[in-house]
Amino acid sequence: MASTIRVRATANGDTTEVQALIQHPMDSGFVKNAQGQIIPPHFIQQLTFEHSGKTVFLANWGAAVSKDPYLKFSFKGANKGDELKISWVDNKGTTDTTTAKIQ
Amino acid sequence: MNLDGTTATRRLVLQGAGSVALIGLGLGLNLGFGAVPALAAANDKYPEEAFKQKSGPDAIKALYGKAAEASDKVKLDAPEIAENGAVVPIAVTTTLPDVTSISFFVSENPNALAASYVIPAGTLPAIANRLKMAKTCNVIAIVESSGKLFSATKEVKVTVGGCGG
Repeated sequence: MASTIRVRATANGDTTEVQALIQHPMDSGFVKNAQGQIIPPHFIQQLTFEHSGKTVFLANWGAAVSKDPYLKFSFKGANKGDELKISWVDNKGTTDTTTAKIQ
Repeated sequence: MNLDGTTATRRLVLQGAGSVALIGLGLGLNLGFGAVPALAAANDKYPEEAFKQKSGPDAIKALYGKAAEASDKVKLDAPEIAENGAVVPIAVTTTLPDVTSISFFVSENPNALAASYVIPAGTLPAIANRLKMAKTCNVIAIVESSGKLFSATKEVKVTVGGCGG
């Protein structure tokens, strides 16, 4: 299966801008389906970005983050061609990891 | 006596939540990072308790243990009117120094805390993300800078709520 994580990391001088889009239902546990049953909560809890073994960004998410979450942030100290490692874990223990090259 | 009893239970509950978060984190680390050793920082843990709090002030207390003061150095960028409460683009930037974390609260959601980000040194204190909003209410961004909390608040009018219905 293709990765659920899509990342674009672009270096501009010293600063690297990271944009990430993740495919995930992010069910809050408050929504009912067509049969009137509650869809159980299913959402990403932690999302980590690592550059050369160091965590550069850590997101703790609740169910209020939108479906297919989008995130943008910037960090310093990376160069073009470096690898950025992204991984998430959700409340059911599912995880996914990907690496992206900084452009 | 009674007081002691409640504190002990609360501690147990907290410990329970902590270990659940640890197991989750452990799984993520094992599968995700392979042999890279876990960072021992306490703030890497998932703040389970804070995400369970219903009201904004309670969630802020559970997450940080202190109150925030309003600051014009925290810039919260959110739409005046959100057509669709399921996807509300919200961004925050700040000129404050030594930012260690940024959190987003939506005051009228079933659980007020929406997202909390840990900002290590070298990462810029500017984040954009998309949140769900149940109805028209205040969005609060809290920035932790040099151990103090600063907040910015903005009301977003929601036409169609994003929390079921």
